[in-house]
Amino acid sequence: MDTHTLLQLLGEGTVQTLIMTLVGTLVSYLIGLPVGVSLIVTGPNGIKPVGWYNKIMGFIVNVIRSMPFLILMIAFMPYIRKIIGTGIGTWATTAALILAAWPFVARMVEQSLLEVDPGVVEAAQAMGASNMQIIRKVLLLEARPSLLNGAAVATITILGYSAMAGTLGGGGLGDIAIRYGHYRFQPTIMWITILVLVVLVQIMQEIGVKLAAKMDNRLN
Amino acid sequence: MAEHIISLQGVTKEFDTKGGKVVALKDINLDIEKGDSYGIIGLSGAGKSTLVRTINLLEQPTEGKVLFDGNLLTGLGSKELNLSRRKISMIFQQFNLLMQRDALGNILFPLEIAGVPKAEAPEKAKELLKVVDLEDRAHSYPSQLSGGQKQRVAIARALASDPEVILCDEATSALDPKTTRSILGLLHKINEERGITLVVITHEMEVIKQLCNKVAVIENGEIVERGEVQEIFKKPKTKAARKLFFPDGDYREKPLTKTSTKNRVRLVFDEATAGEPIIANMIMELGAPVNFLYANLDVLGESQKGQMVLCLAADKETADKQKEYLKAKNVEFIEIDEDDEYGEEVKA
Ligand SMILES: Nc1ncnc2c1ncn2[C@@H]1O[C@H](COP(=O)(O)OP(=O)(O)O)[C@@H](O)[C@H]1O
Ligand SMILES: [Mg+2]
Repeated sequence: MDTHTLLQLLGEGTVQTLIMTLVGTLVSYLIGLPVGVSLIVTGPNGIKPVGWYNKIMGFIVNVIRSMPFLILMIAFMPYIRKIIGTGIGTWATTAALILAAWPFVARMVEQSLLEVDPGVVEAAQAMGASNMQIIRKVLLLEARPSLLNGAAVATITILGYSAMAGTLGGGGLGDIAIRYGHYRFQPTIMWITILVLVVLVQIMQEIGVKLAAKMDNRLN
Repeated sequence: MAEHIISLQGVTKEFDTKGGKVVALKDINLDIEKGDSYGIIGLSGAGKSTLVRTINLLEQPTEGKVLFDGNLLTGLGSKELNLSRRKISMIFQQFNLLMQRDALGNILFPLEIAGVPKAEAPEKAKELLKVVDLEDRAHSYPSQLSGGQKQRVAIARALASDPEVILCDEATSALDPKTTRSILGLLHKINEERGITLVVITHEMEVIKQLCNKVAVIENGEIVERGEVQEIFKKPKTKAARKLFFPDGDYREKPLTKTSTKNRVRLVFDEATAGEPIIANMIMELGAPVNFLYANLDVLGESQKGQMVLCLAADKETADKQKEYLKAKNVEFIEIDEDDEYGEEVKA
């Protein structure tokens, strides 16, 4: 394979991986963030304890989280195919990523919100803040640095999932590594894709940490 | 009739814990008048925090009623309760400021919650920073402020909603003595100048002496004694109150007490009785010595009170004469029993 073709291949793979990762992360947060917040709010020490909801939602989150990603993806492939019309490629993989990642995101969010000082929440309650105001103005804002760190971890995890999905014909860098590096015995391509993945992870990690530190007013 | 800004009626609070039921408050009845600086003092675990938290219903009483300005708070829906809570501010031992907002932002918080227009809010917040002497720290974050400064921001935040009451739960317990004095001074000023009622929770007598006109002593979830600080200082009736108002235990433990535990009395002098050398005259007139075990000068709000523990003559006859003498001179005193560190309870 000449350099030009290789670069094109890697370029397309990287773009696909980034799309899967970023869209997957974004939608996972659209689901996982409210769920994570709801787990905190309805928990035994939350601002509005709702035992049955908390137990059921906690259970669903745990069940999905305990399934290995590849198994989950294979199990759900038929349904994904039915809904979006295809079982392979970028969009099918993205759907599987979301399915697997939202509970992970919910737990990350829950963990971050747990770090918020209960005293501050209580102060807001004493001031007559509504539950919605407490969520928006206290919980989410006070936990912002931790949420951003968590988002970096979640993005990197989802990037890893997307690479795994490549082995099932999911597109992206993982797909290239399997098809060229493994089946066609081209170790150079294998190592190059690994290098690209490592670089992507480093960049995401850096961005997450920097942003979290910049946004944290406890440190400066 | 004086107006009760806060009234607790038969308030009981039980907690269900793994170890069983904990009764934190037992049938509390408490009326606080507008403008009072009402202290609630007790040892750790007595139920002070629980009591103050039932006032704004951070703690829902198991039984009983809470009234604010004559209106029942218990049983209100969350919307109405939140409206009432804006009139009852609270400050805390650990300050509880938003760490991600600067001083000004923290003071803006209650204004945002109340929906004060964005055009007016910053003006008011800056005004309040001036009140607490922190105009130059508007853009400092809590992590950049000292404990005393944090509490000042918390006080400004408490003032932002134009409250009628400020609840203070151990507001100075995390501060050094000097900072404590300045925070108590600020609270006193707020009480005096703005007529805001204070409810002051503390385990430290000094706080009550400096800041409060009335005090309730709480022990094991019950109010055992209450009244004007001046009165209770002179004649504490219950053991709990004596423990708090009496001088520290050291005069009982030091060697000189071994020789003299009989016929002890605790006297209180004020402006009216301090002018005359009463004890010296008593010794000369009756020709019998007394042993000084303890003496100090206390400041109660604006007035000063001398406190003294004496051991009178060992024989009962002379001791009785000495007591008569003190009574005749209008010196307030109570007797301290031999076998009891704090004396028997006095019936009202
Ligand atoms: N949320 C709670 N759950 C169980 N027990 C509690 C709770 N809050 C307070 N208590 C108990 O109630 C009693 C009074 O506590 P508290 O009001 O905090 O006392 P204080 O403020 O005077 O130190 C203590 O025995 C404490 O353990
Ligand atoms: Mg307490």
